Amino acid sequence: MKKNSPIERIWNGIFVENPVFVLVLGTCPTLATTTSATNAIGMGLSTLVVLALANLFISLLRNVIPSQVRMPAYIVVIASFVTMVDFLMEGFTPELYKTLGIYIPLIVVNCIIMGRAEAYAGKNGPIASFFDGIGMGIGFTIALFLIASFREILGAGTWLGMQVMPAGYVPISIFVLAPGAFLVYGCLIAAMNKFKIGAGRRPKKEWDPTVKICGECMNCMQVGMCGKKPEQCDTVKGANEGKED
Amino acid sequence: MENKYRVSVSPHVRDSITTNKIMLYVILALLPSAIFGVVNFGLHALTIICVSIIFAVGSEFCLNKLLNKASTIGDLSAVVTGLILAMNMPAEIAWWIPALGSVFAIVVIKGLFGGLGKNFMNPALGARCFLMIAFSSQMTTYASPSGFTSLMTKVAGTPDSLSGATPLAYLKQGYQFDLESLFIGNVGGVIGETSALALLLGAAFLLVMQVIDWKIPVVYLGSFAILVFITASLRGYDGAFMFTLEELCAGGIIFGAFFMATDYVTSPITPNGKIIFGLFLGVMTWLFRMVGSGNEGVSYAIILGNCLTPMIEAYTRPRAFGIVKEKAKKEAKA
Repeated sequence: MKKNSPIERIWNGIFVENPVFVLVLGTCPTLATTTSATNAIGMGLSTLVVLALANLFISLLRNVIPSQVRMPAYIVVIASFVTMVDFLMEGFTPELYKTLGIYIPLIVVNCIIMGRAEAYAGKNGPIASFFDGIGMGIGFTIALFLIASFREILGAGTWLGMQVMPAGYVPISIFVLAPGAFLVYGCLIAAMNKFKIGAGRRPKKEWDPTVKICGECMNCMQVGMCGKKPEQCDTVKGANEGKED
Repeated sequence: MENKYRVSVSPHVRDSITTNKIMLYVILALLPSAIFGVVNFGLHALTIICVSIIFAVGSEFCLNKLLNKASTIGDLSAVVTGLILAMNMPAEIAWWIPALGSVFAIVVIKGLFGGLGKNFMNPALGARCFLMIAFSSQMTTYASPSGFTSLMTKVAGTPDSLSGATPLAYLKQGYQFDLESLFIGNVGGVIGETSALALLLGAAFLLVMQVIDWKIPVVYLGSFAILVFITASLRGYDGAFMFTLEELCAGGIIFGAFFMATDYVTSPITPNGKIIFGLFLGVMTWLFRMVGSGNEGVSYAIILGNCLTPMIEAYTRPRAFGIVKEKAKKEAKA
C-alpha cells in the first residue's frame, strides 16, 4: 500500500495504529461509554465525524497557524465541530444524547483528536489527514463496539438492546460496571497483541541459568546472564581451544 | 581434585519445605473450619466446597495445557485457592457461582499474571470481590443455622425486623450477642468464617508448623481491636470491650488475618513490611466496618493491601550486612 494513500490511512487507523488497542488513547470515553453497544456506536460515530473534519481543517490551516500557539488553535477548531455535533445529537438523537451526557462535550479534549492533530494533520496534506481521521474514527468505533458488545452481552444479556442470552441467564453485572470495563479492555488488548505480534518474537526456549554453571563460566563477566548454554559460549570454546593448543 | 568442588550459584543451603508441603499444611489448617461449616450449614456447603476445588484444579490444568506449560496442579495451590474461595461463599448459593469464581481466580488473577508467585492479588479474594460485585444479591443472602436469631439480646431502640443475617449486620444495628456462640460459630455468614474456634485451631497449627509468621495477623487484629475499642468508647456503646470482642469474632476478620493476609505471594516478606501491612489492613478494615456504610470490609482491605505490597517492600528493604546507608556515609565523610 502506498504511504499516505486513503486506503492505507484507513487500514492504519483500524488495525496498525488502532487508537484504542494499539495507541491506548482516549481511554476515558472508551471505558465510560461502552456500557451498551448502542452507546458505543453513537460515541464512536460522533468522534469519527469530529475527527475527520477537525483533521481536514487543521491540515488546511497548518501553514497559517503559528507553531507557538498551535494547541489553542487546534482546540478552537475541534471545539467548533464538537459544538456542532453536540447540537445535532441533541436535536436528532435526544435519547442517545442523554445517555452519553458529558462525554459528547468532552470530545473536545479527547486525546485521540488532539493526538492526531498534533502528530498527523499538522504535518500532512488535507486529503491524507481527512482519511487519517476517518480511519482513526472507524478504528475507534470498532474498538468501542467490540468492548461494548462483550460488556453488554455478559453484563446485561442483551446486545444492541435485544435479548440474546437465554432466559435463565443471570447477568454478571460486574461487566457493565467500571471493573468489567478494565477486564474486557485488557483482555482485548492482549488478544490484539497476540494477533499482531504473535509468538514469533519471543525466544523459543529460555535457558535457565541456575541449572548448570560450571568451570569457565565462573571466570566469565556475564556469568548466568548471557542466556547461552555453556557449549554455545564463544569464550568457553576459545578457552578450550587455547588449552588444546 | 577438581571434582571435589561443586561450583553453583546461591542458595547453597536448602530446607526440606516445598510449596507442595506448605499448601498441604494450609489445607489441613483449613479443614476444621471447613468441617464445621458443613456441619453448621448442611451438605450443600460440602457441594460448594467440592465444586469450587474441582473447578479451580480443572482450570489450572486446562490453562497449563493451553499454554504448553508443565502441569502445576501438583503444587496444590489451586486446591487451596478453591477451598478458600468456597469458604468465602454463603452456604445456600447456586453451585455455578463458586465455579465461575474459581475459573476467574485461576485464569484471570493467577494465570494471566504468570502463575503462582507472580499474581499481584490473592486469587481467592480477587475472585470473591469479583463475585461480590457481579452477583451482589446472591452473594449476600446468608443462610443462618437454626436457632440463630434467639441468641441475640434486643437492645432498646433497635428495629424489629432486620434484613441482614450475619452477626456483623446485627452488631451494626445495635444488637448484642452472646460471645460464646459467636466464638464457637453457631451464627450466620459464609461457610468458613463463622467459627472463630475452628479457625484459631487451624491458625495455631500453621503458627506451630512455622508456615505463617505471627506479625501480620497479630498486628492486623491488634490494630483493628484497638481502633474499634476507641471508637466504641467514643460513641458511648455500653460494654465497649465486649463490643470489640464481638467485632473480632464476627465476620471474616480472623479467617482473613490468618489465612488470606498471610499469603506469601501477596504480602510483604520484610519484617517491618509485615507490620506496616498488618497496620494498613487493620485501619482499612476499621474504616470499612465502623465508618463506612457496609458491614464487612476484610476482603477489600486485604486486596487493597495486596496492591500496596510491592511499594511496602521497596520502602522496608532490610539493610544487607556490611552495607552503610547513604546518609550515614555522608555523615561519616563530613
